[in-house]
Amino acid sequence: MAEISRQTSQTGQSLGETAMVPVRLAMGVIDAPLRWVQKKFGLGGMAAFFLLPNMLIFGIFVLLPFFINFAYSMTGGTALFLSDRTFVGADQYARLFDCSNYLNPNTCAEDTFWTAVGNTGWFVVLQVTLMIAVSLITALILNRNLMARSFWRAVFFFPVLLSPVVVGLIWKWILQRQGLLNFGLYGFGFDPHVWLNDRNWAFAATVGVSIWAHMGFYTLIILAGLQAIPKDLYEAAEMDGTRAMRVFTRITLPLLMPNLLVVIVLVLIRAVQIFDEVYVLTGGGPGTSTLFVTQYIYETGFAAQLRNPGLAAAASILMGLVLVVLTLMQLGLSRSRDKKGARK
Amino acid sequence: MTRTRTKPMLAAFAVGLLTSTAALAGDVRIMWYSDGVEGEVLKDLIGRFMKDNPDIKVIIDNVSYSVVREQLPVQLEAGDGPDIARVTALKALSKHWLDLRPLVADAAYWDTNFGDQADWMRPDGTDQISGFMTQITLTGGFANKTLFEQAGVALPGKDATWDDWAKASKQVAESQQIPFPMALDRSGHRLTAPELAFGANYIGADGKPAPIDDGAKAFISKFIGWIEDGTMSKDVWVSAAGSTYRAGADDFINGQVAFYYSGSWQVPNFSTKIGSNFDWVATGSPCGPANCTGMPGGAGLVAIKYTKNPKDVAKVMDYLASEPVVKEFSERTLFLPAHKGVIEKGLDFNTDDAQAKTALGIFVTASTSLAELARKLPGWAWSDTIYGALVTRVSQAAAGEMTLDEAYTRIDADIAAKVKDSAL
Repeated sequence: MAEISRQTSQTGQSLGETAMVPVRLAMGVIDAPLRWVQKKFGLGGMAAFFLLPNMLIFGIFVLLPFFINFAYSMTGGTALFLSDRTFVGADQYARLFDCSNYLNPNTCAEDTFWTAVGNTGWFVVLQVTLMIAVSLITALILNRNLMARSFWRAVFFFPVLLSPVVVGLIWKWILQRQGLLNFGLYGFGFDPHVWLNDRNWAFAATVGVSIWAHMGFYTLIILAGLQAIPKDLYEAAEMDGTRAMRVFTRITLPLLMPNLLVVIVLVLIRAVQIFDEVYVLTGGGPGTSTLFVTQYIYETGFAAQLRNPGLAAAASILMGLVLVVLTLMQLGLSRSRDKKGARK
Repeated sequence: MTRTRTKPMLAAFAVGLLTSTAALAGDVRIMWYSDGVEGEVLKDLIGRFMKDNPDIKVIIDNVSYSVVREQLPVQLEAGDGPDIARVTALKALSKHWLDLRPLVADAAYWDTNFGDQADWMRPDGTDQISGFMTQITLTGGFANKTLFEQAGVALPGKDATWDDWAKASKQVAESQQIPFPMALDRSGHRLTAPELAFGANYIGADGKPAPIDDGAKAFISKFIGWIEDGTMSKDVWVSAAGSTYRAGADDFINGQVAFYYSGSWQVPNFSTKIGSNFDWVATGSPCGPANCTGMPGGAGLVAIKYTKNPKDVAKVMDYLASEPVVKEFSERTLFLPAHKGVIEKGLDFNTDDAQAKTALGIFVTASTSLAELARKLPGWAWSDTIYGALVTRVSQAAAGEMTLDEAYTRIDADIAAKVKDSAL
């Protein structure tokens, strides 16, 4: 028995050794240039060297498009190539901001842009609030000792796997005039309603559908946070006879805050960028009641018969700025939390 | 030794490269969208072409109409795209089309047979041959004859007005408990036909878009009134923002509307999908105070000037535009052809559906009584701009977001902004 064990151990060792050969070879090859970099540029230089590939990808796919987009926003006309376009300075921004009353889009030169801004604002407020609440409640329930807990977790996560187009189509078939919902209502003796033709219901549908489609992902993040909270804290609270609400506000919520902060920022950014499932579900209608900024940019830059890439670029730069502000707010919040944590 | 090995390797590489380039040189890519069975018919026709021309490989990319409408223009602006495409924005994109005149076998054949629509797809002031119309379309109405009969309402006659159809359809809808009496596609092109019938003029003295006039306003106000009182389907018009196209065909096919205003391209669609579910008839375009015009249009097959294989492209175009091929294509797809020779010799549409045959006959007859402006608009550079502004703002008025006066002001402002943008 001992002999077999020793043989296995020897074989394992030799296999490990064999596997390490190419690694050692590779290390040998890159060792010399790395030593040279460290000698030439110091430790700081080494850090920059390792960051370079990531920075290159970031530069090519994020920074470069941003600057190109900014250049487009300073040009006019319908041509696609930057070289064929006329420099118009800040005219496109001036056109977007040409408004007597920002709260009344009808007084603006680009009324649909401000309608889209207003719709997006409302959508963000409603969707983010409800998404956090629903995801949190769902995570709290799924964290309990439920029967078939894994099954329920899969059920809530399943819509995340669907493509946004599929999500939009499924709900369109449910909510349209001759859809499943009206079929059911009619069956129970109620009058059918054309949900997607009603401004308020259509807007509510966009919020509801986006929550249904994405809450599984956020629930998962919150669930991970809940499971990381030490059980003994709850046991101590139970021994002290602490009420459930107090346990939630004094233990669960504070310890969950880092996860919640991540979720809030992700939901916020996703809400500002909302496009695909809504485009399929309502197409921005009825009228412009579910037209959001991303769809405005798409329609202006690509779908209109005479495209205006400059105006679309200006609108997307403004939207990008909003996203930058939101991200900075998140960074600020998490830093202040870290500092507080360090002081404690 | 190394040199002797390298030489054959280089030679093999060069041969490989040459053969692959030769294969690419023979590739002709067609971007095609289908309303009905035309994709299948084209595949069959192209198959025969490739059998006779084994050196040319034709690849058909079947895409949705929205790809042609939204993505093809971007590809073209970038100097990219397919070699041939089936498009409807023929004039607006005409700067991207290849001039086939020096490339086709017989330019006179093209001029004689497709000359009437050649201007729809070439840059202004040129005699370019860009392609040919795969089908000529004409807007017009369809009535659900069975619903009218069940309601005991007589179908309005040949010179019936829009008001006559609205009144009769309303009676049918009330009697048969259907959601809407009438439906009209969410399309500026479709809305234009009744506007012209009400005396609208789009073209200003300088050739640029004229401000929206009383004729257009007269029909738009009637149209919005019909949407508000439930005579016209609201679903189609408020179902999207912007200038997105929406058809009401499914509602007609499902027997949910009594009268549907669309166009001749729906005939094969109805023939296939309605079958014997109910009887339907094409009605032509209802009359307004000025005339009873429909709007012509259609899809054209054009060669793209960024092609690497212009000669092969011309060969494919010559084949598809040849008289027997056009005749077969039209008879099998139930599309109205643009080919003069084919029209003169007559067609035997490949269908047992008597309703479809009669409907096609009605559209052919209606095509002879078009308003002068209706004939001009498909070849006018600003048509699509006006259609886009009309759809966007009229649907906002239909949704109750703005008054009619605000919609008219916005339509003029949108068009003016586009004219200004295009001048930059």
